[in-house]
Amino acid sequence: MTFKAFAPTRRQALQLAAGAFAAALAPNLALATEAQVADELKKLFGGKSMAEGKVKLDLPEIAENGLVVPLNLEVDSPMTDADYVKAVHVFADGNPLPQVVTYHFTPASGRASASTRMRLAQTQNVIAVAEMSDGKLYSAKAQVKVTIGGCGG
Amino acid sequence: MAITSKPRVRVPAQAKAGEIIEIKTLISHEMESGQRKDSAGKTVPRDIISTFEAAFNGKPFFKADWFPAISANPFQSFFFKATESGEFTFSWKDDGGSEQKATAKLTVG
Amino acid sequence: MISRRDFLIAGTALAGLFAGQPGALAQAARGQTLSQGDLLKFGASGTVTLLHITDIHAQLVPIYFREPSVNLGVGEARGVPPHLTDQAFLDVFKVPVGGRDAYAMTSLDFQNLAKTYGRMGGMDRMATLIKAIRAERGDDKVLLLDGGDGLQGSWTSLKTKGEDMVKVFSALKTDAMVGHWEFTYGADRVAEIKDKAPFAFLAQNVRSVEWQEPVFEARKTFEKGGAKVAVIGQAFPRTPISNPRWMIPDWEFGIREDEMQKQVDAARADGADVVVLLSHNGFDVDRKMASRVKGIDVVFTAHTHDAMPAVVQVGQTLLVASGSHGKFLSRLDLDVKDRKVAGFRFQLIPVFSDVIAPDPEMAKLVADIRAPYAKDIDRVLGQAGSLLYRRGNFNGTLDDMICDAMMAERDAEIALSPGFRWGASLLPGDPITFEQVANATAITYPACYRMTMTGKQLKDVLEDVADNIFHPDPYFQGGGDMVRVGGVGYSIDVGKEIGSRISDMVFLKTGKALEADRSYTVAGWASVNQNVEGPPIWEIVERYVTAKKTIDIKPNASVKVSGA
Repeated sequence: MTFKAFAPTRRQALQLAAGAFAAALAPNLALATEAQVADELKKLFGGKSMAEGKVKLDLPEIAENGLVVPLNLEVDSPMTDADYVKAVHVFADGNPLPQVVTYHFTPASGRASASTRMRLAQTQNVIAVAEMSDGKLYSAKAQVKVTIGGCGG
Repeated sequence: MAITSKPRVRVPAQAKAGEIIEIKTLISHEMESGQRKDSAGKTVPRDIISTFEAAFNGKPFFKADWFPAISANPFQSFFFKATESGEFTFSWKDDGGSEQKATAKLTVG
Repeated sequence: MISRRDFLIAGTALAGLFAGQPGALAQAARGQTLSQGDLLKFGASGTVTLLHITDIHAQLVPIYFREPSVNLGVGEARGVPPHLTDQAFLDVFKVPVGGRDAYAMTSLDFQNLAKTYGRMGGMDRMATLIKAIRAERGDDKVLLLDGGDGLQGSWTSLKTKGEDMVKVFSALKTDAMVGHWEFTYGADRVAEIKDKAPFAFLAQNVRSVEWQEPVFEARKTFEKGGAKVAVIGQAFPRTPISNPRWMIPDWEFGIREDEMQKQVDAARADGADVVVLLSHNGFDVDRKMASRVKGIDVVFTAHTHDAMPAVVQVGQTLLVASGSHGKFLSRLDLDVKDRKVAGFRFQLIPVFSDVIAPDPEMAKLVADIRAPYAKDIDRVLGQAGSLLYRRGNFNGTLDDMICDAMMAERDAEIALSPGFRWGASLLPGDPITFEQVANATAITYPACYRMTMTGKQLKDVLEDVADNIFHPDPYFQGGGDMVRVGGVGYSIDVGKEIGSRISDMVFLKTGKALEADRSYTVAGWASVNQNVEGPPIWEIVERYVTAKKTIDIKPNASVKVSGA
């Protein structure tokens, strides 16, 4: 048994003291901002307007592990040749880089739905923008809290 | 660096015509983000699988562009509307163009 | 601004009202007006009887447990049940001051009333009540559900990895349970309980990390009194955050509201007449879920240890809160007509150990379970000089004792102790046995670490933990009460956002402001990190109590609360 004292980093201290886990990526990085996400959207779509709705982002309210955060999304669409979801672009506004994933769907997909796992460096918003076959854009936003954890209960 | 690991895929073997089935895939890969520093303080260069694609009977129907925010050992699930029997082809490509493939058969009836 | 001291003064003033009359109350309780038969008086009705026990925390024998005097709700939960304490609680639920229910459900005049009404709980008493209800209703009409946190919280449960309580729940003929602290025995042990126990271990909200597939049975349907009752299980959604994730590395949790709706719909499609959610979400999360998921008839809540003498209705859904530590048995009789719940009758039955005859079979089982550990659990370390309790949003006196022990035994300037809601209370004059220490510390990651932290780091810790309790959206909450702090005072405005709730941090040793850049030596325990070094916390507390002999804790006025 050792009784040595040590000086932890901020993150180690938080983990030890209250409980939980590591934020995902290395600290001291320049992190993306809402403005950067807006820039990316501008690059993709110019100034085209976006409506809310149709896109459903299913994310944990609190990440269990910032390195592996489940990302599920679904866009409401009949997915027919005449009316389908072409693409969904996902961004995170508190990561070193704003892009997360871009999905390309076809009517053969049947459902415009996909799941993967992503890294989130800190508490931040995840934004998804769906591009429909008629060119319309729909978006959704959800916050994921990256915490050091509570105290049991 | 080439993708060395063998992908794993879960696809139902059978489906009814018109049924929408879920496909799940996994591949082992570090997904080195290009943001991390090694113990000497040097940035570890980016090395990720950047494209995943699914085709049925040679026809692509789903594609994912992955960025460095995608977790190590990337998981991807998605859907497909079954209309006829045939074969899926799944492919994973990294930044350098190295590729891994997997196939799975589907019987519709 | 309401300070902790203000709360204490309010409590003391009321306590004075009863100082002269414990004798009369004692008579009322012991035999004269209160009997086992009174506790069981119900007026059976309807089709099926649902019994709910929860958060027993492996308390095999009767204990004292003081309910919180501070239990703040935020956002929509502000000032509404269960976020009512003491007089406000009595007023809302029309519970008489100074009576048995006031003793069981509040902290008002606790010390005096404890002398009158005695210890509560004990699995032999619980068995008597459950057997009597089964005899009254018939086994085929009774469903017994455990809401989780039954298998952890005592020395015998720690030593047997919860097998002691698996035996007790089996003997009670429990039908189903859910989990939270159970997961701190590790994935293999939980899988073993799931596979071997005669009751169902349900959890709709646990998935394998690798393939995102269900790990546990999500629901089970029981035929009782001719009605089909579907029970959906919900494990504590924040288990891998609040407790060590490394112990369950292949499982993912979460609230999974959409999946819950699918389970409810599937249960109805399968012909369920009644849909019950056996939840370990915590009350505020359950209240939100009940307002958003359609078609749940009953939510048996857990985790937050609330005990309420009436159900809370959210739309068509009834929410039941059955307390903790074996203090209560909830009975809900449902009248099922035309495949729907047509009526209900509810009673929160307090388990007064002095007026309930122990069930001989369960008494023997409990004695057999405890016998091999007698040498440890009966060891007297010292004596309580003042009331020692834990439950409440901020420091309890039992936590102050643990913090004092850590600072003394680990030579630290500051101590941090987790805000667990479990842990029995001790009355002034009670011997402090090793069992009493274990009742507040028996966990599978007990290392008491020592390190240095800056004032800034300490503030970050308090801010982060506070957000887990006081985030206005319950879906963003997690864990237990506020982390307990020794050696530091602070002010907290619970109505603010993360980063701005905590202010005026004071280093108590000097009385000066805590310096953001200065390093302080800090001792703490229950880190969820792997490979944390240090002696187990119960050794630290045992050494401290043994040396100190009498533990007298002054009221803690170092946390000042506002925004409530």
